[in-house]
Amino acid sequence: MTRHMGYILLSIFAALVLAIMPLPIAFEPYRPDVVLLVLIYWSLALPHRVNITLAWISGLVIDLALGSPLGIHSLAYSLVIYITASNYQKFRNFSIWQQSLLLALFLALYYLVVFWLNHFLIDIYFLPQYLWPVATGALCWPWLFLLLRKYRRHFRIR
Amino acid sequence: MNLIFGRNASLQLRLIIAVILSILLMFGDRYTDGASKVRTSLNTLVSPLFYLANLPYELFQTGSMSLTSQQKLMLENEQLKEAQLRHKEQLQQLAFLTNENNQLRALLGAVPKSENKKLVSQVLSVHSNPYSHQVLINQGLLNQVEESLAVVDELGVVGQVTQVSSTTSRVLLITDTQHATPVRILRNNVRTVVEGIGKIDQVKLSHVPHSMDVRIGDVLVTSGLGGVFPEGYPVATVTEIERNEGRPFARVYAKPIAQLDRLRLLILLWRKEQL
Repeated sequence: MTRHMGYILLSIFAALVLAIMPLPIAFEPYRPDVVLLVLIYWSLALPHRVNITLAWISGLVIDLALGSPLGIHSLAYSLVIYITASNYQKFRNFSIWQQSLLLALFLALYYLVVFWLNHFLIDIYFLPQYLWPVATGALCWPWLFLLLRKYRRHFRIR
Repeated sequence: MNLIFGRNASLQLRLIIAVILSILLMFGDRYTDGASKVRTSLNTLVSPLFYLANLPYELFQTGSMSLTSQQKLMLENEQLKEAQLRHKEQLQQLAFLTNENNQLRALLGAVPKSENKKLVSQVLSVHSNPYSHQVLINQGLLNQVEESLAVVDELGVVGQVTQVSSTTSRVLLITDTQHATPVRILRNNVRTVVEGIGKIDQVKLSHVPHSMDVRIGDVLVTSGLGGVFPEGYPVATVTEIERNEGRPFARVYAKPIAQLDRLRLLILLWRKEQL
């Protein structure tokens, strides 16, 4: 019981470290949100373990780590994980590439929600390059999916 | 794994609670003062993450350091010694000039300028938030860092401290849309304000009247007004002036002097009343 949750938390923690790891400034606009992708994977694979509660907490940690106003990423993560966790049976039936395309939609929703909330709280204006991580995130999904599936099967996380 | 029934209601309830909590947090963080104390302790909790995330970079750095050739190091050493000699020569003059300046200020009855506390710190993480220009540095409450300290690098003003935890603090750069820096033009002492527009290599002068004397190439230095930045540190050079009489103000853009896209070592400056 706790062992399964421990492995899941470990993967989310690794994603958190990846999310704040320093990158050359030229790559910075393309950095995908790894934490959200990992959360989506677990919410599809084990929806009874990973759902909105864990998404909300991870969002709060991301808010603290990125220095954005508290609550923005919590809200956006909860919304996306609500969609995936409530439709996990449909989502699992798609092929990986179809999942990737569908995921691009969710990611676009996520980045737009984060942008809107930021727009209301601090004065920023929309730039098209804010949506680059949607493309990179969707491209990362197949590899991340295969990697996490291997991780889940190897450690028999249920 | 009995998940087929009875899960949806709970999921929706969780979503509603999550949304309400998030909105409360957002308003609490944005519109109340008490949030900054809570934030300090929460930031302290997550600060080990930054040291961990920075580890690969540090390892790479030490690895490449130990692999540089002796010849290259000797060359670098030579250059540094030469630069230091030149700086020392200027320092001799500086000591004399400071002394003279203080005497002149005393004659005028003005308060002499004094040395303030300074601290060198290293950048841990840069720009992980696309909507705001911030860096995280490796000094915090344990070294008496506090909010609204001025931060400069070897060339010019970088920004100011906005959030503190026990071992890290967050610096808002002058290019952030929420940041404004009171400056004056070095050439003629005209006062104005520089504000960020969210681009790393450009800032904007706000509310410049058409009649104001500003030219391309003018250096802007901090004016010391506003009480955050000490007087006289270089901020930006004017690069673009657009005087369209149809608009209420002239548009003047400038380029930050500090190399904001390659920050590594920073200096924190205390003001006198903060000691």
